[in-house]
Amino acid sequence: MSARHPFNPQDMSLQPPALTADYRSSRLRAPSQKLFSLDQGPGELTGPTFGHDLIGPNDNNLILNYAAPGAAAIGEQIMVHGYLLDENARPVPQALLEFWQANAGGRYRHKKDGYLAPLDPNFGGCGRTLTDEQGYFSLCTVRPGPYPWPNGGNNWRPAHIHFSCFGQGWAQRLITQMYFEGDPHIPLCPIVQTIADQKAIDRLTARLDMAHTVPMAFRAFRFDIVLRGRRSTLFENKLEGN
Amino acid sequence: MSRPQSASQTAGPYVHIGCTPSAAGLENMYGGNDLGMDIFPLNTPGRKIVISGQVFDGAGDPVFDAMLEFWQADATGRYGANGSAGGWARRAVDPETGSYRLETILPAATQDAAAHVKVWVVARGINLGLHTRMYFDDEPGEQDPLLLAMKQSSRRSTLIAKRSGDEGYIFDIHLQGDKETVFLNV
Ligand SMILES: [Fe+3]
Repeated sequence: MSARHPFNPQDMSLQPPALTADYRSSRLRAPSQKLFSLDQGPGELTGPTFGHDLIGPNDNNLILNYAAPGAAAIGEQIMVHGYLLDENARPVPQALLEFWQANAGGRYRHKKDGYLAPLDPNFGGCGRTLTDEQGYFSLCTVRPGPYPWPNGGNNWRPAHIHFSCFGQGWAQRLITQMYFEGDPHIPLCPIVQTIADQKAIDRLTARLDMAHTVPMAFRAFRFDIVLRGRRSTLFENKLEGN
Repeated sequence: MSRPQSASQTAGPYVHIGCTPSAAGLENMYGGNDLGMDIFPLNTPGRKIVISGQVFDGAGDPVFDAMLEFWQADATGRYGANGSAGGWARRAVDPETGSYRLETILPAATQDAAAHVKVWVVARGINLGLHTRMYFDDEPGEQDPLLLAMKQSSRRSTLIAKRSGDEGYIFDIHLQGDKETVFLNV
């Protein structure tokens, strides 16, 4: 499949709708008109490309990348790893992933976060990496804490890591969140529940990965991300009369 | 298809920590350089322009926590020339005013579209990133498939940046309501 083949459409049975009343912030920010469908052109089929020279040695290590020399972030140390793939199960290589999260107490390093949990002077809360030729990525961090948020009730976010993903085309651009297996807040969270399909929620939930957990060091969690795949030749070759 | 696509989740109010850490107050992360501040390398040929605007919600209030990304062709109509990030930029809107500002060059028209900049909007309350396009009110658009399809629509003007002064264009985005921007399923 050449780089010129269009991407599959967004699967709206898996994606959250714009308006999800239980998530209050969507009420005034959801477009009310239908999206206008447009054929993909060269600008949708291509996207920005980033080089390995962009990435510093500790960019994917949130335990160390904001810490003073010799210090480390406080919290349960974990490794998160997996593959960036497309719907055809092909690896998405050399793609930029950016991640951000609250610290172990559930507090973000951000002017607008006033939660009473303390900031950790050695934790910034952001990182990035490029996938390798197999689409593989990994990051080291501390497990983020759950945190309360204003949504009209007693609302707590499950522990989560935000992921921003570039693929090979602008149409693949995605921001999502990773949750942790067994978190009792997952079924209670109005943001998670913007997704109607329980299996789609399960796929955003990282599993404990004992095979990569290092004894006396850190636990591993496995998380794969799947971007839109390119359509097959037969499907899109309008010029030849399909 | 053997793997279902991952579902989107909102970028949330703290997207800036991950995407524009300097703007979020993490000054020394990545050497203090937020990705996407410069859309093209210095001295890229083309007519210099400055695009600015705001994002508004359905009540007409500015959105103070949005992040915008831009993707455009260069002055010869190429995207990502030589496999680079040239033509891509990102801005956090100003947390006090909700406005953004992008210094760039006027993109050329391509075979499939009139001169335009692609815009992607994420924020708290947006479950799935929103795609739209910014055309220019003093560039020809008669043959553009999207503008043609919108010919009879009062919303066509939401896709067009207005010239303002020598280099400037104004492009506001309305997420919802009477002035709602045309968003695209690409
Ligand atoms: Fe969060």
